[in-house]
Amino acid sequence: MLKQALAVTSMGLRSIPQRLGQSLVIVVGLAGVVAVFTALLAMAAGFQSTLQATGRADVALVMRGGSQAELNSGLTRDQGTLVKQAPGILQGEDKRPLASAEMVVIAELLKAGEKTGSNITVRGVEPAAFALRPQLKIVEGRRFEPGLRELIVGRGVTRQFQGAGLGETLRMRGSNWTVVGVFESGDANESELWADVEVAQSTFNRQGYSAVRVQLEDAAGLAALKDHLTADPRLNVDVESEQQYYSGQTKQFRQTIGALAGVVTFIMALGATFAALNTMYAAVGARAREIATLRAIGFEGLPVVVSIMLESLVLALAGGLVGAVLAYVLFNNMAVSTLGANFTQIVFSFAVTPELVGNGLIIAVVIGMIGGFLPALRAARQPVTTALRAA
Amino acid sequence: MTRTGFVLANLGRRKTRTVLTLLSMVMAFLLFGLLQAVNVLFAAGADFVGATRLVTQARVSFTQSLPMRLLPQIESVPGVEDVMWQQWFGAVWQENTQLIFFAADPTRLRAVYPEYVMPDAGWKAFEETRTGMIVGRSLANQYGWKIGQKIPIASNIFPQDDGSKNWAFDLVGIYDGKDAEWQRATNVGFINFAYFDEANQFGSGFAGTYTLRLSDPDRAAEVASTIDQMFENSPDETKTQTEKDFNLGFFKQIGDIGLIVRWILFAVFFTLLLVVGNTIAQSVRERIPELAILKTLGFSDGSVLAFVIAEAAFFCVIGGLLGLAIATPLGIAITNATGGSLPVAVDLQVWLTGAAAIVLLSLAVGLLPGLRAARLSIVDALAGR
Repeated sequence: MLKQALAVTSMGLRSIPQRLGQSLVIVVGLAGVVAVFTALLAMAAGFQSTLQATGRADVALVMRGGSQAELNSGLTRDQGTLVKQAPGILQGEDKRPLASAEMVVIAELLKAGEKTGSNITVRGVEPAAFALRPQLKIVEGRRFEPGLRELIVGRGVTRQFQGAGLGETLRMRGSNWTVVGVFESGDANESELWADVEVAQSTFNRQGYSAVRVQLEDAAGLAALKDHLTADPRLNVDVESEQQYYSGQTKQFRQTIGALAGVVTFIMALGATFAALNTMYAAVGARAREIATLRAIGFEGLPVVVSIMLESLVLALAGGLVGAVLAYVLFNNMAVSTLGANFTQIVFSFAVTPELVGNGLIIAVVIGMIGGFLPALRAARQPVTTALRAA
Repeated sequence: MTRTGFVLANLGRRKTRTVLTLLSMVMAFLLFGLLQAVNVLFAAGADFVGATRLVTQARVSFTQSLPMRLLPQIESVPGVEDVMWQQWFGAVWQENTQLIFFAADPTRLRAVYPEYVMPDAGWKAFEETRTGMIVGRSLANQYGWKIGQKIPIASNIFPQDDGSKNWAFDLVGIYDGKDAEWQRATNVGFINFAYFDEANQFGSGFAGTYTLRLSDPDRAAEVASTIDQMFENSPDETKTQTEKDFNLGFFKQIGDIGLIVRWILFAVFFTLLLVVGNTIAQSVRERIPELAILKTLGFSDGSVLAFVIAEAAFFCVIGGLLGLAIATPLGIAITNATGGSLPVAVDLQVWLTGAAAIVLLSLAVGLLPGLRAARLSIVDALAGR
């Protein structure tokens, strides 16, 4: 039985070159489906991993209540000081709390080849900001000098946008800012411009901050900090860990891309299923006499069914692999950007993960099975005598 | 037998193959219809606003509020007919749904946007009700709001004087768009600026962005540069552009949707070319002796070529039209399901692009096998060589 199935399958597979054009239809059809599926979801995966890498569990972000994003939030100087004095915050080497009150504003930069500007986060930070983000390294130039109109710029910004390279000057609210350094961090920070918070405040005519980041003694201290701050009548704040804040931002993007990928993949998959059925019916038709001969000399129906389904599977899987490789070669690590919660661009890269490739191949296998099943049944059911007599 | 009948009879010979090829085609054009509609939405979606309006924003970013004191200067620029300003309210409905709400002056809003249609009573009520708001038809339908209701809307930016971010407004009017395209843009709400300006904790005097209606769209460039020069080197430098460019820039920021759509469509059509092309090539291969007989009977090379292209066209036309026909109500269903926030309209423009694709595809898949059939040597074909 097994031997029969193997024999018929290998015969079928070896005759594929004679039906190359037909067989290619399955391969290309599924390559298309899997490539589109993988590439779309690789975008969602890349965005998610960029934002997740940004947030740490032991750093708390304090914003004004109900703000949802740093851009909408605002705290006065006094409130900022109150937050920093809360218990449970790690002390720095200078015996002061390891906390950074930061101000977020938006500037516009041009993307290469575009005429309309894109929003970029300009973040005014205190010196502790660097200790709170140890992953951030200056790779060119130096840090900004406190008190001067100097900026450091993330690698993602220099890769995607013009006018913010090392040594260039940016004009914001009637004053000139010089880019003195470029930093890398491998996360969403790379999509930002950083400056001294005091200078940023005076330039943008703001007194307060957008949010305060504090280094907790440990991640479990978040609840205590939250209780302490929300109990203070002088404050009306939301407290969450950086990790929660950034993970929360990925939800909508994931849902949108997920829905798009779902609809597109479903329709394409239906089309590919019809194409696969077509191919396998043609294959069965071309081999009708051969199959009838096998049946006449004693082969059973089941091995025939199995062999045709296997052929369809092999072709589908080959197509799926081609699609996954295409998606990987064309899109993996390709940098793109979209609007984040702060209404500014977040630069991220497509991430073609093994999980996505696996799911793509599962889709290919399912389509291959469906595409092979009906034609296989027809082949097995065909009356031997009719098939032999057919021209 | 007519020539059309002959083509149809040939297609009927292998019914399974014809039906399956047709179905693949339907799926491809269904996807084409939907994606093209999305593409139009983002790429050309800003076209309908026309060029009669300019948007003046802070040069550094439109999220930076321009102060109210620029108003008299902007109003005095020759060519500027009406000026309004709008402040982004950061509206949040119930738990976490963000809505598009602006604080604006009712009279000025009406003057700058004559495309928004509402009975006079609605405009009058909006002017006279301090806590009033008006919303577009699609927004009202989505949440089932009725005129006369008090709607609780929170802001994620502005607290009231008492520190609470939970506001409530009286719905005094529901506006429509003047045509189908403007009707799609009725997902915006407006609250009374005078009340907002007074009742928010951050103080008054912040206008947000200015929107200017011009007397003559041809003067747009001139007016824009006049305004921007006026405020150069001040703390409130401005950037003035047409409303269309402003909207286009905004959509672009979300991402290069057009690029994604083009990649998907490329994948779909490449696959399709192969599927249909293969079916046609196969059917020509099977019928080589028959085609030779046709030629022997006196059919010209041109007619044989036409037969094959007609077969290809059958798949492309029927499949394409069916696919687009399914996409049209599906687009409406998606629009309704998303409450108008994703208006996927498979409209005339999409159908026309679809028609062009059908013609191109027919030729692309029919031409090669057709030429092969037309160039057949009768003697070789009949001899089975």
